[in-house]
Amino acid sequence: MSRDATPGLGVRLLSGDLGALARAATLVENGDPVGRVVVENIHPRTGRAHVVGVTGPPGAGKSTLIDALIGELRGRGHRVGVILIDPSSPISGGAVLGDRIRMGQWDRDNHVFIRSMAARGHAGGLAPTTAALIHLFDAAGFDPILVETVGVGQGEIEVAHLAQTTLLLQVPGLGDGVQAIKAGILEVGDIVAVNKADLPGAEELVHDLTMMVTADTDPDGWSAPILLTNATAGEGVRELVDRLEAHRRYLDITGAGRRRKEIAARFEVFGLLRQELEQESPLHLLQKDQIDRWRGAISDVVERKRTPGAAVALLLGQAAPSPS
Amino acid sequence: MAENQGSPPARPVRVLIAKPGLDGHDRGAKVMARALRDAGFEVIYTGLFQTPEMIAAAALQEDVDVVGLSILSGAHMVLFPRIIDALRARGIDDVLIVAGGTIPDDDIQPLLDLGVAAVFGPGTSLGEAARFIRDHAPVRHDVP
Repeated sequence: MSRDATPGLGVRLLSGDLGALARAATLVENGDPVGRVVVENIHPRTGRAHVVGVTGPPGAGKSTLIDALIGELRGRGHRVGVILIDPSSPISGGAVLGDRIRMGQWDRDNHVFIRSMAARGHAGGLAPTTAALIHLFDAAGFDPILVETVGVGQGEIEVAHLAQTTLLLQVPGLGDGVQAIKAGILEVGDIVAVNKADLPGAEELVHDLTMMVTADTDPDGWSAPILLTNATAGEGVRELVDRLEAHRRYLDITGAGRRRKEIAARFEVFGLLRQELEQESPLHLLQKDQIDRWRGAISDVVERKRTPGAAVALLLGQAAPSPS
Repeated sequence: MAENQGSPPARPVRVLIAKPGLDGHDRGAKVMARALRDAGFEVIYTGLFQTPEMIAAAALQEDVDVVGLSILSGAHMVLFPRIIDALRARGIDDVLIVAGGTIPDDDIQPLLDLGVAAVFGPGTSLGEAARFIRDHAPVRHDVP
């Protein structure tokens, strides 16, 4: 059967057709109007999946750890979606996407879906359409969805806006204890894994990080655990998944989950708004009388009463897009 | 959202580069991946020791336009039909399949008959390969 066959992509995607998911992702990435309509149509059926951001410096072992996480999550019965982001060349626009090289063993498992994304000029660790791809994966029944950022330095923290749980990888040997008290990426980890636990300095790094993070409990009582992992050997992976599940429960039980979803919705709506604004002459958005409308739109997106695209249309005073 | 009028943005062509079988190194495949990157392609690189199933799963999930197979071991007449079968079994019948590596001249026509669009042997210029891929990547029509 051709992947281009009718019925439409959205219907096929919702029924779990993985070819349709893949094609929809391509169309969304390309800004194709067909992709946009698919996202509008499936958005009301999303918002359930646990989105886990996996971030850290280049070479920290993010892909290898994700491969190990897939194994543990499959063992616990989860259907796992993975989005892997690598940088695009600023010169040619091309990219070599090489993260799935570490994840070759899932080819016969229909409950694992792995997709590579080029950042396409976007700074911040994600690609411009990562949020929309997450919705597609969610609609196709993948939960959790692991999002691996490009290798990050100290400032690319976008994934923390989009994910409900951010897993930050650190490795020994990148600097002394002062690195641990600098602002930026370290503050966004809900869970910190010190990977390559077999390398010298790993225990020391855990100690340094623990001193930093225990001072830093969020209003609902979560304090980021610091774990030692050795992804290649699979060590620490079971405990790491325990902590991911614990964080998900914490989000569900406290008000933190709703707050995270509002941050994610705001991030996505604002991203779309920015794209719209960049195409028009500058508008004086968010004047005082618009702020209530803005907050209402964000709530509507969280509650699936309105799609992010429809919220943008509302804020810009345009007609809402009609589901086809 | 308001429809932006005008032509859709130029879409990057996505290429899977895979090394089926037991080749001992992947220098050629990496050189090709990099050349295609520099020509503006998005290249998904999956590394050595790929089985037909692994190649087909990656091609489906990544929704590639092109599958580039690099092989040095001499097993192409055995592996390529299996790869093409695995792709078709997953409903992938519209990708451009190209091959490179060390493939004897006598095997080229049988591979073309199987559905391989081009065989780039040693000495093919990188620009020539990139041009062929750009000119022959499939055009697709989808409904939402």
